Amino acid sequence: MPMEFINKKLNKSTKLILTLLLVLACIILTYMLDKGIIGTSYTVRIVRIAVIYSLIGVSMNLVNGFTGVFSLGQAGFMAIGAYCVGIFTIPVDARANVYYLEPISDKIAGFVLPFGVALLMGGLLAALFAALIGAPILKLKSDYLAIATLGFSEIIRAVIANEQMWPITNGSLGLKSIPGFTTLFAPVLISAAGITLMVLLINSSYGRAFKAIREDETAAESMGINLFKHKELSFVVSAFFAGIGGGLLATHLTAIDSNQFKIAVTYELLLIIVLGGLGSVTGTVISAFMISFGKEYLRFFDAAQSIGGWQIPIFRPGLRMVIFSLLLMAVVLFWRRGLMGRKEFSWDGIYNFFRKWPWRFKKLMRGDYKTEAKTKRKSIAAGKAIDSAASKSKRAGRKADKTADREKKKEVKADAE
Amino acid sequence: MQNNAEAKPNVLRVTDATMQFGGVVALNNLNLEVNKNEIIGLIGPNGAGKTTAFNVITGVYPPTNGAIYLNEHMIISNHPQGKMKTLYAGENNGKHNEVKVLTPDRITKQGVARTFQNIRLFKELTVYENVLIAQHVKLKANVLEATLKLNYKEERVMHLETLRLLEILGLIDVKDYVSTSLPYGKQRHLEIARALATNPQLLLLDEPAAGMNPQESDELMHFVGRIRNDFDLSILMIEHHMQVIMGICDRIYVLDYGSLIADGTPAEIQKNPKVIKAYLGVEE
Repeated sequence: MPMEFINKKLNKSTKLILTLLLVLACIILTYMLDKGIIGTSYTVRIVRIAVIYSLIGVSMNLVNGFTGVFSLGQAGFMAIGAYCVGIFTIPVDARANVYYLEPISDKIAGFVLPFGVALLMGGLLAALFAALIGAPILKLKSDYLAIATLGFSEIIRAVIANEQMWPITNGSLGLKSIPGFTTLFAPVLISAAGITLMVLLINSSYGRAFKAIREDETAAESMGINLFKHKELSFVVSAFFAGIGGGLLATHLTAIDSNQFKIAVTYELLLIIVLGGLGSVTGTVISAFMISFGKEYLRFFDAAQSIGGWQIPIFRPGLRMVIFSLLLMAVVLFWRRGLMGRKEFSWDGIYNFFRKWPWRFKKLMRGDYKTEAKTKRKSIAAGKAIDSAASKSKRAGRKADKTADREKKKEVKADAE
Repeated sequence: MQNNAEAKPNVLRVTDATMQFGGVVALNNLNLEVNKNEIIGLIGPNGAGKTTAFNVITGVYPPTNGAIYLNEHMIISNHPQGKMKTLYAGENNGKHNEVKVLTPDRITKQGVARTFQNIRLFKELTVYENVLIAQHVKLKANVLEATLKLNYKEERVMHLETLRLLEILGLIDVKDYVSTSLPYGKQRHLEIARALATNPQLLLLDEPAAGMNPQESDELMHFVGRIRNDFDLSILMIEHHMQVIMGICDRIYVLDYGSLIADGTPAEIQKNPKVIKAYLGVEE
């Protein structure tokens, strides 16, 4: 008998210790990156981007993956957060330089907010906009909702670049001299806090209601879940964290303009959440890191490469994205539901994954695979024998029929003659 | 038996409910009453309007005309409007002049739970999660409290209640299975468990025995009787298995082409010529 593999669970204290160790490792890693002990400032930049995209990715996953509402408005909410942080954190003496075509409006000229307050305000403003547009458009379904939200994010971008908004947003000239991060801890901690809050929400009763809506709207409604209220809730929370993420992005880039918040950003986020798995927080974080690092480290393909003096013709700027897309296609083909599907990272999963290998090895040693194959072969052979016997008898029957036919014909012929 | 039943307060009262889809009359002046702790059957040939009746009661469709009362408290009332005004030809025109149409979730909150004819579970979630989600309707904590786990006591009660329900419905062994991986009969049980988790006073069962063999439907019959007693419920059920219907129902309503053609005890219904005609046709 081949033995069954039984999933074992780790006890709670072990899991707690492992989690604490992981958190500690993250803190140490952040510290080392921050102090330049490992990596370069280039690596730090990529980590910052990855962390910010993780936050925005999880916020988008909350709506798309957990609530099952296909929304593509994330870039718009990011723009609101980014501009809020940008406008209110540029130092007063640098403002004349930034708003050089049209001076900044008097009302906000001397008004500077600390980074934290501006960030929070950006998030709240994005949430407010989400609440306002959510009321009419969340009644739409799937593709129509996607188009409506896409339209909304384009409107935000157009409004920002609009001439009348120049005294506030500096229009298409964009904002620069936004004070950047002085430490890597700020974005990491803010993102971690945001993601933790969203995970807590997902694991609460409200989060379960979101999942119910994703699975079956009619059933969810007849179980007493108010569809609109819950969709709106998830949409607003998502917009809030997208706004925060946008604010972090503005601080990271130190210069922003409205063209940075085109649909392409939303698509990139969509890529992150689909690749990581719609409905998986850890998947989103993993894929945000993978994509951020992948896009940078694939730059190798953009540079000209030569073998022994012969320049390979396909290595030219643009190949990076081709390779990147091919890798994505491969991932989507082999992991159809993204890297993590709807599962989350768990210590039990890791533990069983590593237990499974020695188990397979033991099975191989005991010759279980051989006996399995043997029984399989035997059953196939038995099946074949039955088949061949059946076909033999059929063939014999057919032969008999034919001879009988021939004899009959002969008789008929003979009669005719 | 009927006299006895009338003494009890009624839980559900449907008056003159009409549902018209354009010119098609799916439900025509349905009058129906469910008294406390009764099991009522709703039968009729295919396309008679049984499921439409359920959808009207649970607020999925606002009725063209008529009113619905739960514990003598009006939950739904409508009268012909717009195009329906010209199309509607019922005798109760103008009788119901109030408009009150609750959405399905609010009706569930009032204490009406239902199951579906074509099973509608939360497919990719586990059995346990399916039942747990249905208890969201009882939640008192707001989003912030729930997110920060300040309502942990409430959560614990919900988890315990889920385990209790799964125990009663015999699903405790399969609680971590994905709901669609269960066999058909168990899925039906799970739907009932999920409906019970919303703390209903009235349970609407839409063909609970569909696709079951005689032995299974016999078990189901006893089971429905048991939950009626255990949960102090009133039950309205649509069913095609006559054996089940005749076995447990206190009273039966028969629909044909959207209209009520008979009502009474199982014995009366079995003898009713109109019912026999609707089911078997008449001899030429």
